Amino acid sequence: MQNRKIIEVVDIRRNFLVGSETVHALRGVSFDIREGEFVTIMGTSGSGKSTLLNILGCLDKPTSGDYRLDGISVKRMNKNQSAEIRNRKIGFVFQSYNLLPKTTALENVELPLLYNPDVTGKERHNRAAEALRKVGLADRMEHRSNQMSGGQQQRVAIARALVNRPVLILADEATGNLDTRTSYEILSLFQDLYHEGRTIVFVTHNPELSRFSSRNIVLKDGRVIEDMQNPDIGSAKEVLASLPKED
Amino acid sequence: MNWQNLMQMALKSLRNNKFRCFLTMLGIIIGVSSVITMLAIGQGSKRSIQAQISEMGSNVIMVFPGNRRAGGVRLSASDMQTLKIKDYEDIRKEATLLRLVSPMANSSGQFIYGAKNTPSTLYGVNCEYPEIRRLEVEQGEMFTEDDLRSLAKVCVVGQTVVDNLFEPGEEVLGKTIRFNATPFKIIGVLKKKGYNSMGQDQDDLVLAPYTSVQKRILAVTYFRSLYASAVEEDESQAAIAEITAILRRNHQLQAGQENDFEVRSQEEISQMLSSTTNLLTVLLASIAGISLLVGGIGIMNIMYVSVTERTKEIGLRLSIGAKGNHILRQFLIESVFISISGGIIGVILGCLASLLVKKVAGWPVFVQPWSVLLAFAVCTVTGVFFGWYPAKKAANLDPIEALRYE
Repeated sequence: MQNRKIIEVVDIRRNFLVGSETVHALRGVSFDIREGEFVTIMGTSGSGKSTLLNILGCLDKPTSGDYRLDGISVKRMNKNQSAEIRNRKIGFVFQSYNLLPKTTALENVELPLLYNPDVTGKERHNRAAEALRKVGLADRMEHRSNQMSGGQQQRVAIARALVNRPVLILADEATGNLDTRTSYEILSLFQDLYHEGRTIVFVTHNPELSRFSSRNIVLKDGRVIEDMQNPDIGSAKEVLASLPKED
Repeated sequence: MNWQNLMQMALKSLRNNKFRCFLTMLGIIIGVSSVITMLAIGQGSKRSIQAQISEMGSNVIMVFPGNRRAGGVRLSASDMQTLKIKDYEDIRKEATLLRLVSPMANSSGQFIYGAKNTPSTLYGVNCEYPEIRRLEVEQGEMFTEDDLRSLAKVCVVGQTVVDNLFEPGEEVLGKTIRFNATPFKIIGVLKKKGYNSMGQDQDDLVLAPYTSVQKRILAVTYFRSLYASAVEEDESQAAIAEITAILRRNHQLQAGQENDFEVRSQEEISQMLSSTTNLLTVLLASIAGISLLVGGIGIMNIMYVSVTERTKEIGLRLSIGAKGNHILRQFLIESVFISISGGIIGVILGCLASLLVKKVAGWPVFVQPWSVLLAFAVCTVTGVFFGWYPAKKAANLDPIEALRYE
């Protein structure tokens, strides 16, 4: 499988100055992620995975080293340029969903397209509706975020991440706030997206989830200590089916 | 992201916080409506004073003899005999900025017709006097230059004198009334003018040729005063200077000697009176302005709270591709929207309040278009000015920090 490279990380380092002390959050991390991969990045807290996630998501920049997203070097971009990259190339899914309060599912999903002047109002609406159908919320479009369960809210968030047709979906502990059953539901949704050929990076501290992705990267103390393909990808749907039914 | 989308977004987030939005607006509403009402009251009283002053006549300039010391005794101005016929004639001939000039020699006394009599004042003037003082001859006509030359015993009477001497409906023109012993034939009746602001009856007068009054009644060669009308209101000061120069020359006053006459213009009197109302207006408007300022600070406060409260939302917006500028504009639109809609409601309330004051208290109230515009402009500026800092703060948030904010 020689798909194009979506992510190229070359020896990135990230130092923070805390008081007079320099904290090395990343101490030279390199890897490539190709189109269509489902990668989990794991590590305990303090391993540098949040810092890596922020850099991959163009929210932060490495102190040294190079990061290319879809062939574009992010290093020299100013704030507005990286905002545009985030808007066009990346779909974020957060642990705490981060939906706008008192706002319908449809409006939440439309949000990224509002910041894209190339998308007309009609197209925006259609694409948002399509994304919601894809995550199985066709009948919840006009529900407000406070009228939905956690699983449903996370689905809305995933639809929001899909609506701008990103090259990379970046999930940060996307199942962290959900119960087991709902976690597997969301996970199987990610697997569906993976089977469609989307590139997904799933950052988590939960080692259980590594079974379900195509590749696992493990971070420790700011370095990659393990980077393995997963030859036998487990099916979240099967696990879901085997779980005892709840009323 | 275009303006339309931003507007929708801003309106939506305001809708989500209706009550808070209304409370914030309230500060602006009160500020704007009080500015408008206060200015309206101030302007109303100014206008009513101006109206009273213009009753006096058109651009009137008055010349009185001044008081003068004679051997250490300061004499009363009314005893002075310094305004002579030559002064009047020279002013008439030489002053270029005066449209009309009339002398005045007056005498009070009883007017008698048949069995009735009434006290009134006989004013000896020339034919230009009614125009200077905005008096209109309703019946008959004013006396002429010929009457002045021939010392004619004719007069034009005011309505009060007519009411006191004649039966209602009785023909007045052509009748002869007596002032003390001198008979005057009525050739005109003045239109009723009512009381002036000082409570004087402006219809209690009789006009006669000044020549007749001076020679037949008073037997004097001086005048009590001169009345003139400047060409333009703006020229009043220049006209006063002209008159002063002519009179100083005629009275042979040396440089450094004080004038033995006084020149007053209507403009001066109106300025004197309106300076009081101006002070009042400024006072009222500044109090109202302070409430507008407080309203603006209210906006700033609420926007600031709103930014803090919505930190996470801002973080999300930034992470999905909003630029700092988008966030800035969204918050600015929110604050400007609050202040402008508060302004509109304030303008409407202010106008209604002004009407109410007019109706209930009966004060003269006048809403000026410019005060509405001003209040409106101040509102917009307030919105931008007080919204800027919180909006800037929101736009400069670090998305990573903002997303982590709880």
